[in-house]
Amino acid sequence: MDARVSVIDKRLKNIKRIISVASGKGGVGKSLVASSLAINLSKKGFKVGLLDLDLYGPSSHIILGVKDVFPKEEKGIIPPNVHGINFMSIVYFTEDKPSPFRGIDISNIIIELLAITQWGSLDFLIIDMPPGIGDETLDVIRLIKKSEFLVVSTPSKVALGAVSKLLKILKELKIPIIGVLENMSMTRSSFIKNEIDSMDLPYLGCISFDNALEESIGKPNRLLESDFMGDLDNLLEGINL
Amino acid sequence: MCLFYFSTVRFKPGFSLSDFHMHEWALAESILVAAVEAAEKEKLKIISEIKISIGELQQIEHDIFEFALEEIIKTQGGKLKNVKTVIETEKSTLKCKSCEHTWDFSDMKKKLNEDESEAIHFIPEVAFVHARCPKCGSPDFEIMTGRGVSITSIKGKR
Repeated sequence: MDARVSVIDKRLKNIKRIISVASGKGGVGKSLVASSLAINLSKKGFKVGLLDLDLYGPSSHIILGVKDVFPKEEKGIIPPNVHGINFMSIVYFTEDKPSPFRGIDISNIIIELLAITQWGSLDFLIIDMPPGIGDETLDVIRLIKKSEFLVVSTPSKVALGAVSKLLKILKELKIPIIGVLENMSMTRSSFIKNEIDSMDLPYLGCISFDNALEESIGKPNRLLESDFMGDLDNLLEGINL
Repeated sequence: MCLFYFSTVRFKPGFSLSDFHMHEWALAESILVAAVEAAEKEKLKIISEIKISIGELQQIEHDIFEFALEEIIKTQGGKLKNVKTVIETEKSTLKCKSCEHTWDFSDMKKKLNEDESEAIHFIPEVAFVHARCPKCGSPDFEIMTGRGVSITSIKGKR
């Protein structure tokens, strides 16, 4: 028996809420939403952790501008505090090199990270999920029992096609879904809202496409002042975050 | 040059846990939590022996791991009060999916620098990031044996 799985609940027991930011589709802005959510909640005075589980293409460290830090060893590993956020990522161990992992390796990495990371007490742990409903999503559902999902889509029918598959599987498994956030909105359209309403799930609202957002990447203080963050903050108010 | 820096402080015999806050402690704790869970399922009142298998890729020294186990057992009592732990290392076997060549971690380690080896110590699967098949250079190989931390048997009394 793999002993590491048994200690995961203990490692997460002092975390009040765990929010996995996910999507069936890549490129919809999950990492930006996850990092911005972590920055936003931290700015509001909450104790926040951010776990980047996009093991092939981690990007939260780029958004947060993380450099020259490494977890401290103390009865496990303690995530470095970056701009007020306790941040854990595979990138500490890969030196940002390409990461060609297969499914069983993904599961083993997630188990190891969850077993050895000492988060301590947190109000929120935000998980930046990779796209799809593959190993990472299944492992988060299996190993992190109290995770809720915040799902990101864009206004595109193509994105929604994949997003709706994730939503259906989460509903089938009775996993809590905070709601669906529409990112990169460019025109007024109620297409996504109508589709989410028809699935009887909460539509949280939309974030307008922010032309200047790229300038804020790697600069959390600038990200806090962005239009993107303004829209996100309004949506978070609607769900008491 | 590395983007991230590794803490290279390691345990030396004779020093205490408070001097060396190794991550092995977390894995040792997982063994004891899993053993107590398993004993409860089997209705064991006392656990007398736990056999532990540690994958070679984890690069965990037995004395460090035993020390961590002993320290945690001291604070636990109960079912674990007089438990004996037996630790075995599972040798590694790596097999290339492209050319089917097989090799082990000692072959691999020769080509790794200190940081890469240390990264594999924390997360064994980053071997796929830092190493390649020594015969054909493919990153598409398989860890057949030699990773993870598992309990192979538990003895006790009902």
